[in-house]
Amino acid sequence: MPIVASTDAVLPPLPLWRALDHETWLRRLLILLLCLWMLVVMVLPIFELLSMSFQDASGRFVGLANFILYFSTPALSNSLTNSLFVAAATTATSVGLGFGFAYALTRTCLPAKGIFKGLAMMPLFAPTLLNGIALVYLFGRKGLITKGFFGAIPGIDIHLYGTVGIIIAEVLYTFPQAMLILSIALSLTDARLYEAAASLGAGRMRIFFTVTLPNIKYGLLSAVFVCFILSFTDFGAPKVVGGNTHILATDIYKQVIGQQNFVMGAVVSVVLLIPTAAAFLVDRIVQRRQTATIAARSVPLVPVPSRLRDGIFFGYCSLIAVAIVGFYLVALYASLVKVWPYDLTLGGWHYHFTGTGGGGYRAFFNSLRMSAWSAVCGTALTFASAYLIEKSTGMRLLRQAAYLLSMLPLALPGLVIGLAYIFFFNAPGWSVGGVSVPNPFNWVYGTMVILVMSNIVHFYTVGFLTATTALKQLDREFESVSAAMGVPFYRTFARVTVPICLPAILEIGMYYFVNAMATVSAVIFLYSADIPLASVAVANMDDAGDIAPACAMSMLIVAANLAVRIFYSLVTRGLRQRSQAWTAAA
Amino acid sequence: MPSMQNDAAYLRLLDITKRFGAFTALDKLSFGADRGEFISILGPSGCGKTTLLRLIAGLETQSEGRVEIQGRDVSKLPVSARNVGIVFQSYALFPNLNARDNIAYGLVGRGLDKNRIRQRVDELLDLVGLRGMGRQFPAQLSGGQQQRVALARAMALSPDLLLLDEPLSALDAKVRVMLRGEIRQLQQRLGVTTIMVTHDQEEALTMADRILVINQGRLVQNGTPREIYDRPATPFVAAFIGAMNFIENAVKVENGCYRIGSHHLSISGENGSRNLASGAVATLAIRPEDVMIRVDELEMPNILASRVEQMEYRGANFRLRLNIGPNQRPLEAEVPAEKVRRLNISPSMPLAIQLPHDRLRVYASAKHRCNDGSLCENTL
Repeated sequence: MPIVASTDAVLPPLPLWRALDHETWLRRLLILLLCLWMLVVMVLPIFELLSMSFQDASGRFVGLANFILYFSTPALSNSLTNSLFVAAATTATSVGLGFGFAYALTRTCLPAKGIFKGLAMMPLFAPTLLNGIALVYLFGRKGLITKGFFGAIPGIDIHLYGTVGIIIAEVLYTFPQAMLILSIALSLTDARLYEAAASLGAGRMRIFFTVTLPNIKYGLLSAVFVCFILSFTDFGAPKVVGGNTHILATDIYKQVIGQQNFVMGAVVSVVLLIPTAAAFLVDRIVQRRQTATIAARSVPLVPVPSRLRDGIFFGYCSLIAVAIVGFYLVALYASLVKVWPYDLTLGGWHYHFTGTGGGGYRAFFNSLRMSAWSAVCGTALTFASAYLIEKSTGMRLLRQAAYLLSMLPLALPGLVIGLAYIFFFNAPGWSVGGVSVPNPFNWVYGTMVILVMSNIVHFYTVGFLTATTALKQLDREFESVSAAMGVPFYRTFARVTVPICLPAILEIGMYYFVNAMATVSAVIFLYSADIPLASVAVANMDDAGDIAPACAMSMLIVAANLAVRIFYSLVTRGLRQRSQAWTAAA
Repeated sequence: MPSMQNDAAYLRLLDITKRFGAFTALDKLSFGADRGEFISILGPSGCGKTTLLRLIAGLETQSEGRVEIQGRDVSKLPVSARNVGIVFQSYALFPNLNARDNIAYGLVGRGLDKNRIRQRVDELLDLVGLRGMGRQFPAQLSGGQQQRVALARAMALSPDLLLLDEPLSALDAKVRVMLRGEIRQLQQRLGVTTIMVTHDQEEALTMADRILVINQGRLVQNGTPREIYDRPATPFVAAFIGAMNFIENAVKVENGCYRIGSHHLSISGENGSRNLASGAVATLAIRPEDVMIRVDELEMPNILASRVEQMEYRGANFRLRLNIGPNQRPLEAEVPAEKVRRLNISPSMPLAIQLPHDRLRVYASAKHRCNDGSLCENTL
């Protein structure tokens, strides 16, 4: 035993403060802080909003009176029907189109799959306001198609403003989401199932209905719920092409900004929140029943070339890709044209933002700053909390509560978060049991902090799930191993957990940045005159009829997002090369 | 090395109980380990053996009872204060660190200078036979090599106790057999007290000084591999380790003598069954390889008449199924192929067999039998 003995002499014993389990306490403290943070930025504001909907303007409790008023005013309650109709039509269209596209990407020998997928994802980088603006340039009164390419051919008027326009814009917005979810669902399959079915003499149709569809049912449901929630709560596109068709999201805005009727704004928010939360709940319940249907050792399905099928899908995907690219190219063109449709000289006039409101480049740079802060703080917070929840032991109840709260933002529309934040953070104080308590968070109101905070909460869940998935792939015993060696958990976190999860961390960061750039719903209630934002400027310029500068500003947002996306690809490629040695299959 | 203590009390568990809600995973379990001893904890899956290991490590806390290492009560200490080395089933090697950094992981940050750490890692790499492979990442190593890195990492801090959780289960058969020997040699060379959890009886029999058999959270038997195999304490142990024939409805005539039908069998290895009264019903048990085939000396004791019902060829051996009477379950006998050929044994042939008095076991109850009533067997 000379080996053991030799180093025993030089191995100092653990210092007492490390042997005493102070780390457990540190972890507990952090989990407690996490729960407190969620309480302040999520639970309390939403509670404030809910209680507001049961009060009159002077703050007296009136029970359901506001809701009775709401549902007995057709001008208001019609919006609910409109919103439901728009969401249902969008969901059906998006999931249908998305399924075809995802099928082509995963189950056929479509050429240039990467390019098709990239083009189909374009709408993820644009504010939904831009979808509306592009539609105006295509199908509006002076639109490219309405006027038959400036009179070259006979025009078609689709009567854009209203339900038609909203649905097209929302389909454009939700299509990539449906496509991505379904692609993942379709790619997780076992070729042996298909071989078994074929060997038993099942025809192509029968295989589709007995193997393919059952296999992706959870993905399909997920796509349906995601598309429904997104199109039900979106504010940007209806604002531009809604015309006289009112939907819930635009109603909230009108009640709050137009009529300063905060109570009715809260009521409409609750009406918007209920179907969203219901869809979210059903989705969670359904997904919980999902067990791993694909064994770890499943054989991936490799599509076999088939001329006819591949040809048909190539045509289908090309059509969709051309349509998507067409939308944004028309918008780009329109932003560069001097006076649409009369003077088609190209130039950068609309990118000067002189003589328009909204804040111009100051707004753009503010948006960049806000998005960068959201990305940095949001990613750190999201990953750290996912780590604490996933990799801690003990404090089970608190961790479960934190997990549930982390899922909640998915059910919260941006407008609801924005309005709830007004109520909560702008309140001077509360009277708790007769004692008046000043609001300790009041100072964030009207600052960059509240903007960043609202973004972190608004886009929290997707990042949280990404982080949790990445963390679940790590060996459960990493924490035990380092504890056994007396290495504090934060060192293992920094030296092992973070490096391995770096791709996921970057993905979360990119997700925060892109969405913070494009979002308008939460921040439109929260920005102050000192901090104008690009997406809000788009909405305001469009409101004022300055549609070309609004289009130009949208283009800047898209450009910034694409730049970040390209940067992300370059960094991840570098990372992959670096980590090749340790991810290679043994 | 720590100062010498009473060796018998190097590791001691006293009345350990662990409950998860209403479920009792471990029930008043006690045992001790000597310094340098290799103890294997064996049991079917879900019997609580991994929980027991995690309790010793300090990764779980017992509901009741005490854990002592070298006379020191460590019951309330976390894993970091117990000085144990653990090798997990999955190895849990850090994939982004190479073999050297994995091994050095616990050495860094203890005020050791870089040279000292390098020297220690070199020693450990040599120890597990991985010299020159320190720069490889875990994914670039074979399963057996990863296992050795995990072992080296666990030994890096010279632990008082080495804990192995199914260390070989992720490897394929050939490597497993090889590493079995290597780990045992290493353990003996370092003299580190080792507790290994396994569900593989062959692993336990070949590696351990002592085996603890656990079933449903209770310690069923604690003994050397030979004791466990030759004198299993209960029908469960008998059937869990190796194969065992059970002969039901034996009636006790007197101490050392039992009657099956019209046959009298004498038994010398009786212990607990001495307490049985004459006339009580018991179950006799014998391992298939202990059933002897007799062609002469038919007047010897413990001879039964049988008929070959079925023959199964197993390469070196034949497994014969022998009918020993209308009211008895058939006996299985493991007979060398050479003997079968020499005696020209064939199906439905009558055969005299002897059940050696020193290989027969007696159990009081008829519990722990397989559902279909067949011979309980746990093949290797």
